[in-house]
Amino acid sequence: MSVYELFGRLGIRDLGARRISTGASVPVLALLVAGAVFLAVGSLMSSTFAELTVSGVAQGSVFASLALALVLIYRATEVVNFAQGEMAMGTTYIAYQFTVWGLSYWAAFFATLAIAFVAGVAVQQLVIRPVQRKSVLAVVIVTIGLLSLIDGVVLWIWGGDPKFMPAPFGNSVYHVGGVTMSLTDLGTIAVSIATVVVLWLFFQFTKLGLAMRASALRPAAARLVGVRVNWMLALGWGFAAALGAVSGLLTEPNQFVLSPTMMQPILIYAFAAAVLGGLESPVGAVISGIALGVFLNLLGQYGGYLKDSALRLPVAFAVLLLVLLVKPSGLFGRAAVRKV
Amino acid sequence: MRAILGRLAICAAAAVVLALLPFTLSGLNQVLAARVALYFIAILGLNIVTGYTGQISIGHGAFMAIGGYTTAIMSADHHTNLIATLPLSFAIAFGCGVVVGLPASRLSGVYLALATLALAVSIPQLTLKFSHFTGARNGISVDGTVGYLWLYGVSWACAAILFVVAWLVLRGRTGRAFRAVRDSEVAAASSGVSLVLYKTLAFGISAAFAGVAGSLFVLATNGYAQPDEFSIFLSLYILIGAAVAGLGSLWGVMGGAAFVALLPNISQSAPLIRSIPVGGQDIAAGLVVVLVMLLLPTGLAGLLQRMALAASALRRRSGIPTAERG
Amino acid sequence: MAPLLELHDVVASYGPVKALHGISLEVEEGAIVAVLGANGAGKTTTLRAISNTVRRSGEIRFDGRSLGRTCAESIAGLGIAHVPEGRGLFPELTILENLRLGAYTRRGPLKSDLERVYAYFPLLGRRRNEQAGSLSGGEQQMLALARAFMQRPRLLLLDEPSLGLAPIIVSEIFRIVKELNREGMTVLVVEQNAHIALQVASSAYVLEVGTVALHGPSAELERDESVRRSYLGY
Repeated sequence: MSVYELFGRLGIRDLGARRISTGASVPVLALLVAGAVFLAVGSLMSSTFAELTVSGVAQGSVFASLALALVLIYRATEVVNFAQGEMAMGTTYIAYQFTVWGLSYWAAFFATLAIAFVAGVAVQQLVIRPVQRKSVLAVVIVTIGLLSLIDGVVLWIWGGDPKFMPAPFGNSVYHVGGVTMSLTDLGTIAVSIATVVVLWLFFQFTKLGLAMRASALRPAAARLVGVRVNWMLALGWGFAAALGAVSGLLTEPNQFVLSPTMMQPILIYAFAAAVLGGLESPVGAVISGIALGVFLNLLGQYGGYLKDSALRLPVAFAVLLLVLLVKPSGLFGRAAVRKV
Repeated sequence: MRAILGRLAICAAAAVVLALLPFTLSGLNQVLAARVALYFIAILGLNIVTGYTGQISIGHGAFMAIGGYTTAIMSADHHTNLIATLPLSFAIAFGCGVVVGLPASRLSGVYLALATLALAVSIPQLTLKFSHFTGARNGISVDGTVGYLWLYGVSWACAAILFVVAWLVLRGRTGRAFRAVRDSEVAAASSGVSLVLYKTLAFGISAAFAGVAGSLFVLATNGYAQPDEFSIFLSLYILIGAAVAGLGSLWGVMGGAAFVALLPNISQSAPLIRSIPVGGQDIAAGLVVVLVMLLLPTGLAGLLQRMALAASALRRRSGIPTAERG
Repeated sequence: MAPLLELHDVVASYGPVKALHGISLEVEEGAIVAVLGANGAGKTTTLRAISNTVRRSGEIRFDGRSLGRTCAESIAGLGIAHVPEGRGLFPELTILENLRLGAYTRRGPLKSDLERVYAYFPLLGRRRNEQAGSLSGGEQQMLALARAFMQRPRLLLLDEPSLGLAPIIVSEIFRIVKELNREGMTVLVVEQNAHIALQVASSAYVLEVGTVALHGPSAELERDESVRRSYLGY
C-alpha cells in the first residue's frame, strides 16, 4: 500500500485522491501536527501536564465513541439522533443490572453491546423509518421523544439514585518517569481505540460494511445493485447504539457512578466533536473528540478565568458555534455546496 | 370576510371564557391555568421560528431563562414593578435572540438544532458562573409575592397581547417571507427575500416570546429563578408541545400548551402511568410525542383541519349548503 | 420459446403525471434491443419500470416470472443489472469498491472476474484504489459496464450510455456492449443517438409520448425514409 493509498483509506483525501477532495486539507493536518507537538513538549516539561493530557485523551475517547455513533447515523440518514446519549445511558443501566445478577464485568459488557445493537435496529425499524421520509424536523422530534421516553423508563426501573458498578480496570496506578497514570484511563483509551479499529476494519474490508457505506452515500444506486438499503440503515442504527453503549460503559468508570443524567453533558461534547470533525467524517469525529477532551482538561488547569468547571459546557458550546460559523464543514468534512 | 368574522367570534368567545374561568377555579388551578398561558406564549414563539420559518430550535429554554432571570434580578435588586419587568424581558430576550440568531441564520436543519441545544445546556451553567447576580444553585427570588388571580390575569393578558402580535406579524408580508424561507431557502433568496434578515427576525421575535414566558414561569414557580428549573428538559418540552400542537398553525398551540402544562397532572392521574413512582411524566411525554409523530404528523391542528374538511365534505354530500371557505 | 423479458401494457407515473401510457415490448434472450425516441418519450421510465424504481402497473415478466411486486433490490438479485442515467456509480468509493458492489448479489470469489475486468480495462486495474469520481466521463461509463459485468446479469438495462461522451468513446462503449452481449448478456439499451444504437441492436422500439410508435428489426427501421426523418433525425 502506497502512502497515497493509505491517506486515501484514512479519509485524508487531499493527499490520497487526485480530483475529488473530501477530507482534511494540508493546513488542518499542520494544525494537528502542531497540536501533537505542543502536547508532547508540554508533557516532557511538566508531569502534571502529561497526566492531564493522558486523562484528557481518556475523556476524549469517550466523547469520540459517542461522536462516532452520531456520525454513523448522520452519514446514513442525514439526521442527528438526539436520543443517542440516553440510549447509551439506558444500555449502561442494562450492564449494571447484569453485574447485579452476578455476571462478570466483561460478560456484562459484551452482552450489553449485543442488546444495544438489537435495540438500535428495532428503534430504527419501529419509529424512525416511518417518519424518515417526512422531514428532518419530524425525525428530530421523534428522537427527542425517545430521549424523554428512555429517561423516564430508566427512572422508573432503577430510580434516580446513583448506582455503583464494579471497576472494570481495577484501581491500580502506573508511574512512568514521574508521570502518574491510572489503569482506568489507559483501559478507557485502549477499549475505545479497539472499538474504533474493529469498526473501521468492518466498514473497510467486509462486504456488508461496503454495502452499508454504499447505502449511506447513494441509496438509489445501492438499491440497483441489489443492496437492501432499509436494512443497511437499520444495521447502521444498531452499530451506533452499540458504540454508544461502549461510550456509556466507559463513562461510568470515569465518573464512578451511574446516574440517569450522566450522558447529557457527554452528548453535548460528542455533538461538538462531531461538528468539529465535519459531521460526516468518522476520522474527524474521533480526532476531534480526543482533541476536545484534552483541550477541556488542560483548560481546567491552565485556563485562568475559563478554568471554572461550570464553564466546561459553555466552552464546548462556544467551540461548536465557532466551528459552525468559521468552517461549517468542520475540519474533515466536505465543503457543503451553498446554493444561495 | 365571513372567515375573519368567524375567527373574531371564536376569539371573543375564548376571551369571555378565559375571563370567567378563574372564578370557577381554585387557587392552585388558577396557577395551573396561568402555566398553560405561559407555555402558550413559549410555544407560540417557537412556532414562529420552527413552524413558520422552518428553523429547528431546541434552545428556547435558554431564552426563557434569560427572561426569567431578568424579572428576578430586576425585582430583587432594583425593586422594579413586576409588570414593568415583562416588557423588559421581551426586549432583552429579543436582543439575545438577535445576537444568537444572526450567526445562526447561516445554519439550518440539524446544525441549527445542535447549536441551539448547546445553548440550552450552556445557559444554566452560566448562571452558576455569574453567581453574584444569579445566586448560583440556590437561585434568586423576586421581591414580594403575587396572588393566584393576579398571576392568572397577567399571564392570560400577555398571552392575548402576544397572540395578536403573532397574528399581525404572520398574516402580512413578514409572515409570507417567513413561510417562503421555510418552503425553500433558494427560492426565497432568489425572489429577493433576505435570508439573514428574516431568519434573524424570526429568531428574535420568538426569543422575545420565550423571554416573557420565562418571566411568567418564574412568577408561577413561587417567584424563584433557579438553574435547575431551566434545564434542557424545559426546551424539550416546549418543542414537544409545538410538535403536539402541529407546527405552522396558531390554533393548535392552545392544545400543545395545555398538554405541556398539565403533563405532571396527567401523568399523576392517567391509568397505568399513575402507578409509576418516578419517571412517569417523561414516559408520558415521550410516548405521546412518538405516537403523535407516527400517527398524526401534523399534530392537533392537522387533526382539527382534517376533521373540518371531512365534516364539510359530509355536509356537501348530504346536500346541506355550507359556508364558503376562504 | 418465451422471450426473456416481456412488457405488456405497462403504465407508469411520477406522482400525478403519467409517463408511460401502456407500453408493450419483448426482448429475446441473447438479443440487443434498442429503445429510441425524443426527450420525454418515456425511454428512461421504461427501464425504471422494469427495475421497479418508479410507480408502475401492468404486466412485466422476466424469464416467465412476473416482476409486478418484486422490489428493486430483489430484481437486481434475479439477474437484471440497471445502469441508470448518470451511471449510478458511487463516486466517493474506490473503483475496486464499485466493482465489489457490482457483485453484491453473487456468492463466491471474485478474483477471476476482477482479473478479467482489469485485463480488459487496464486503467481500472491501475487506479483501482482511487475514487471513482476521479475518472473522466468515458472512464466512468466503462466502470459502470465493468460493474454490470461483475454482477453477471442475464439482462443489462443501459440508459443512454453515449450521453455527454465524445464520438470516439461512444463507439468504444458500444463495442464493449457488443462484447458483453457475446458473453451471453441480453441488452436493452435506451439511446438518443439512434444511428449508433441501430448499428448495434438487432431490433428497436421507437417511443413517442409514452407509447410505442413503431418497432421492428434495426435494418428495416434504418431503411425506412419516413422513420429516418421523423424519429432518427438524419
